[in-house]
Amino acid sequence: MTDIIALEALAARIAPGQSLAIPVTGVSMAATCALIESGMTGLKLVCVPVSGLQADLLIGAGSVGAIETSAVTLGEAGGAPRFAAGVRGGAFALSDSTCPAILAGLLAAQKGVPFMPIAGIVGSDLLRVRPDWKVIDSPVGEPGQVVVVPAIAPDVALFHAPEADRAGNVRIGRRRELAGMAYAAKRTLVTVERIVARNLLETEDSAAGVLPSLYVDAVAVAEHGSWPLPLQGEYDGDDAEVARYAAMARTEEGFRAYLSAFLTRRRQVA
Amino acid sequence: MTAMGAEHDRRELLIATIAGLLDGVRHVAVGASSPIPAAGAMLLRARNEAAGKPPVRVSILGSEQHNFFTNGSVELFDCAAQGRVDAFFLGGGQIDGHGNINLVGTGDYPKTDVRWPGSFGSAYLYHLVPRVILFREEHSPRVFVPKVDFISAAAHTPEVARRGGPHALLTNMAVFDFDKARGRFRLRSVHPPYAATDIRAKTGFDYEEPNTVPFTAHPDAATLALMRGRILDELAESYPTFARSMAEAA
Repeated sequence: MTDIIALEALAARIAPGQSLAIPVTGVSMAATCALIESGMTGLKLVCVPVSGLQADLLIGAGSVGAIETSAVTLGEAGGAPRFAAGVRGGAFALSDSTCPAILAGLLAAQKGVPFMPIAGIVGSDLLRVRPDWKVIDSPVGEPGQVVVVPAIAPDVALFHAPEADRAGNVRIGRRRELAGMAYAAKRTLVTVERIVARNLLETEDSAAGVLPSLYVDAVAVAEHGSWPLPLQGEYDGDDAEVARYAAMARTEEGFRAYLSAFLTRRRQVA
Repeated sequence: MTAMGAEHDRRELLIATIAGLLDGVRHVAVGASSPIPAAGAMLLRARNEAAGKPPVRVSILGSEQHNFFTNGSVELFDCAAQGRVDAFFLGGGQIDGHGNINLVGTGDYPKTDVRWPGSFGSAYLYHLVPRVILFREEHSPRVFVPKVDFISAAAHTPEVARRGGPHALLTNMAVFDFDKARGRFRLRSVHPPYAATDIRAKTGFDYEEPNTVPFTAHPDAATLALMRGRILDELAESYPTFARSMAEAA
C-alpha cells in the first residue's frame, strides 16, 4: 500500500549514499529542499535524462557523491555553476551519458534484463569514458556493431506530479518518463499538488496518464512543489528566480546566501 | 542602423536561411533553448501551407502547443530510430572541420578547464537524423577548431551503417554545406557585409571554397511579413522573451 505522509517523512526515506533518479519535468523541488535541510550526503544522482536547478542545488549543498547525466543546464538562464565547479574540482564521480542511453538503461531495469542495445553512439568519446558501455557484434539480424548499456535500477525515484488519489495512484499525464523511472527504481517517492477524493483509475479517460499505486511507495502533499520550475498543466516556471540563482551561484559565497534564502522562501511557499 | 536593428536583421536572415535548409522535410524536431531554429521550422511550415506544399510537422521540445508527443522524453529518440524525424539541430562549444561536435568541455576530461552542460542526445541523434543542421551563432577560431577536445557526437563512422549526420553549418557570418563523401565543409554563402576572407580568418579549420562566394539571400517581403506576424505569435508560447525582443526591434 502507498503511504500518504508528510514531506519531511518522505525525504527521510532517502538514505545517504543511495542512487536517486530525478526527472527534467515534474521535479520535486519541495523534497529537494527537505533533503538539503536533513543534511543529506553521498547521493548518486541519475538524471532522467538531464537536470538543472535541482542537481545544481544538491551539488552546491554537498549532497551529491556521484552523478550520471546527459547534461546539467539552467536552460535560458545559462550553465549550471555548481555542477561546472564540481567537475573542475573533482567534487563527485562523473558519468557523462547521452539522453537515450539513460532511458535505455532504465528500460533494461524495467524489463529485468542486464543490458539494452541502443542505436548510434559509435564514434563518440562517451564510449571511451564509459567503460561500462560495450560495443558488440549484433548476435541476431543483419551483421554489424551495436552499443549496449547496462541496466539502471535506482534505489529511489523522486518526482512531483499534479495529483494523487487516496490509494496512491498518481496522475502524470503525458510525462511517461516518470512512469519509466518508477518501473526501474526499487522504490518511488512522489510529491503532489493535492490529493483528490475520486479514484483516478475509475474511468478509461482518467486512468490514461496515471501511474498505478503498485509502483508508488509514498506520497506527500507539497503545494507549488516544483517552484521555481514549471509543472505542466499547472503553472509556469519562475524564470526570474532561476536567473537570480544563476547569477548568485557563480561563487561559493553567493550560492550559500542564495540557498539560505531559498530554503526559507520554500518553507513559506509550502 | 542601430545595434538592435542590426541584430534583428541578422536574426531574420538566420531564420529565413534555416527555413531554406529545411526545405523538403516532413518532420523537424527542435531541442530546448533554440528560438532561432524553432522560428525557422515554423517559417517553413507556414510557407508550405501558403504554397499548398506538403505539410510539415514541427516538434518543439518543451512546448505544449507545438509538440504532439505523448510518450514522454523517449518518444523523440524512438521516432528518430524509426526514421520519422527528418531534421534536427545541434550546436557545439567546439565544432571541427570533420563535423565532430563537443558539448562537454575543453581540456583534459573529466576535470575539463571549461565545462559545458553535456552531450544531451547528440551521440545518438547524429547517427539517426538525415539532415542535422549545425547551428552556432558565434563564428570564431575558439569554436571552429581543427580537432575537438571531446567528441560528443561523431560525424563520420564507416564502421556502422547510419542514415544521419551533418547537412549544413550555419553561423552569424556564413553557411557551409557538409560534403559527406569528403567529410569536409564547403562554404556556400556569406552573410552581408562579410567577405570570404573574413570567414577564412575566423574559422580555425580548413574547408572547401568555390571561386566566387555569393552573399546569403536576404528574406523577401512575403517571408518577412510571415516572420513578423504569424511566426512571432507562434514563438511567443515557448520563447516569450525572444519573441518580444524581435517585435520591439522590428
